[in-house]
Amino acid sequence: MSNIESHTIAYVRGTMIPEQDPPITETGAIKWLRENLFSGWFNTLLTILSLLIIWWSVAAIGPWLWNMVWNAGSLRECREILAGAEGACFAVINDRWHQLLFGFYPPALYWRPVLALILLFVALAPVLFPDLPRKLLWFSAVYPFVAYHLLWGGSVWLPIVALLGFVAGYVAWRLIHRMSPLASVFAAVIVPVLWWVILAAPLNSFLYSGLPWGLDFVRSDRFGGFLISLVIGITGISISLPLGILLALGRQSDMVFVKSVCVVFIEFIRGVPLITLLFTASLLLNYFLPPGTSFDLILRVIIMVTLFAAAYMAEVIRGGLAALPRGQYEAADALGLDYWKAQRLIIMPQALKISIPGIVNTFIGLFKDTTLVVFIGLLDPIGLSNAIRASTDWQGVYWELFIFIGLLFFVFCFGISRYSMYLERRLKTDHK
Amino acid sequence: MKKSIIVAAVAATGLTAGIANAQTLSQIQERGELNCGVSTGLAGFSAPDANGVWQGFDVDKCRAVAAAILDDPMAVNFVPTTGQTRFSALASGEVDMLARNTTWTFTRDIDLNLTFVGTNYYDGQGFMVPREIGVSSGMELDGATVCIQTGTTTELNLADFFRANGMSYEPVPIETNAEAQQQYLAGACDVYTTDVSGLAATRASFADPGEHVILPEVISKEPLGLVVRDGDKQWEGIVRWTLMALIAAEELGVTSANVAELAEGTDSPEINRLLGAEGDFGAMLGLDSEWAVRAIAAAGNYGEIFAANIGEQTPIGLARGLNAQWTQGGLMYAPPFR
Repeated sequence: MSNIESHTIAYVRGTMIPEQDPPITETGAIKWLRENLFSGWFNTLLTILSLLIIWWSVAAIGPWLWNMVWNAGSLRECREILAGAEGACFAVINDRWHQLLFGFYPPALYWRPVLALILLFVALAPVLFPDLPRKLLWFSAVYPFVAYHLLWGGSVWLPIVALLGFVAGYVAWRLIHRMSPLASVFAAVIVPVLWWVILAAPLNSFLYSGLPWGLDFVRSDRFGGFLISLVIGITGISISLPLGILLALGRQSDMVFVKSVCVVFIEFIRGVPLITLLFTASLLLNYFLPPGTSFDLILRVIIMVTLFAAAYMAEVIRGGLAALPRGQYEAADALGLDYWKAQRLIIMPQALKISIPGIVNTFIGLFKDTTLVVFIGLLDPIGLSNAIRASTDWQGVYWELFIFIGLLFFVFCFGISRYSMYLERRLKTDHK
Repeated sequence: MKKSIIVAAVAATGLTAGIANAQTLSQIQERGELNCGVSTGLAGFSAPDANGVWQGFDVDKCRAVAAAILDDPMAVNFVPTTGQTRFSALASGEVDMLARNTTWTFTRDIDLNLTFVGTNYYDGQGFMVPREIGVSSGMELDGATVCIQTGTTTELNLADFFRANGMSYEPVPIETNAEAQQQYLAGACDVYTTDVSGLAATRASFADPGEHVILPEVISKEPLGLVVRDGDKQWEGIVRWTLMALIAAEELGVTSANVAELAEGTDSPEINRLLGAEGDFGAMLGLDSEWAVRAIAAAGNYGEIFAANIGEQTPIGLARGLNAQWTQGGLMYAPPFR
């Protein structure tokens, strides 16, 4: 048929030209290269520059990494193995990784911080992922006390008695709430404090003398390395969020006293560098306390870091509160909700959602700020890297330690940031 | 200005803390442990080993004191202190003594209400240069770039030295010794200056130490001392005479190997008094008569401690120099035990 038609009108092509491959410049890798890397003289120039920079970095670092030595007893042995070649001496990590991770924690008890970390993820799971059964939250609530006992050990009764303080507060709140809601809030604060200050210590020693149960006590000055960063960071993160919410609400409160206390606190803490607070914790507090009392240094540092983070957190959340339209507050009032119910059901869920990037920012910043404790003589990973370098075996090792420490921090900070992206995505779909 | 306020604050609080802590010895005995402030890490002087046990020249002094008091050289709680926290930690009672590279100066002794009980190590500031630049004396350093740790007395000494000799220099400020090594090796500065002991330790860690020279000039006096708080004469005496016992032991030939044997009595009255076979010196300190025996047995006499941690057989390889006994032309001179 095509033959016949081809003869009827000479200048009209009757047959299809067989399909051809696209021009080589419009397909595959070459097309991608042309479009993305060489689409103009300026981009071409940038591409060539970038390639040169990559080449130089690889040429500089590549052999150093390629020749890495993992098994040696000292930097000298590393150099003998390398025999003059450039090479990283990661043997220092092999020799001292346990110190960088755990500090001077007794090696026989390493399972305790490891277990505490694993349980941390179990406790975090129901908080982070709402699809999990809600009953797991009970474990999350008890976890701080479990972790304390795992890390420090000592009397098993101490965390239990401390936990009972919260129970006492709750009971007091329930009993008084029917009579006067305002008084019940005060009671819920005062009863636990009284419990901890007056009853807890004697009750603990009484129970411990009767039933001396508990893990071996590990002193705070055995803590070091990444363990100390995690303990300070995670405690700071988990306490600063609720504290920050309270401060943010207090700052917006109509009660003059509450408002001024919150404003003064936030502005004072934000006006002072963290390192100053750390020096206060390590040096000044000792002078104010009665002589002979040794108030644990790590505890002092945790308190200061938490207060510092809480002030920043308060401002982040205040930003979220300010972004809510006035109508939301009015709607809550119109529904007849009281203050706490309105906050819990309407205001906070929205304000916190808006503040997620800021909150996560504060978390990551706080976690990385824990390395500042090196200035007050606590041996965090950075402090230990100095101490390791001071041993005659490893003096002169530099980048290897920093690379290892950097990787550890990266894993945690990157994890936090990925989670926050997941959370933002999930909350967005929830409300559509 | 800022510094003087801090100094005044530390001084004022140190005074009250000193009064409050007059019973240091009984506190330590009750605690069962000596709190000793050391540096956070200085090669040869104090550093934790792979098992977390502190080792070093300063550390061994703490162990000797702990052995004298508590009969256990391991009963020491080492508190790492930085240059900023060391004096406050001592004044506030967080540590009982400092065995940390701390230079004995007038203001620290008088104004800070601290007591330097004696010199542990005579150091001095020096210069290290690469051999290839061909400098053999500090006088040839005009116009050099110098790597220098900020905020230390070395910075001031350096300025004094160059001004006094009419030379100019360009400082490259750095924070830590490790950073200084990197900068120096990378060629960011021609000269690295710090205490000579630190220079020797740094040079020993280089891939080829022979390529670097420590210049003969020592431009400052850095007597590194053991420090206690003012206000407790008994405690001050214990720390001072433990150090003196270690120094005297070397002079008298008492070592960790023969101390037990010599303690049973010798023909030398001086050794007998030192080791408690004669006299009642331990009781005068509030200790028993065997105190010095235990201190010497802990890590050896001064010479043994030196040789084991920083001496010529170690990678750091320091010569005794000024730290030799006075009989050998050095400055180590213990007053008589009499």
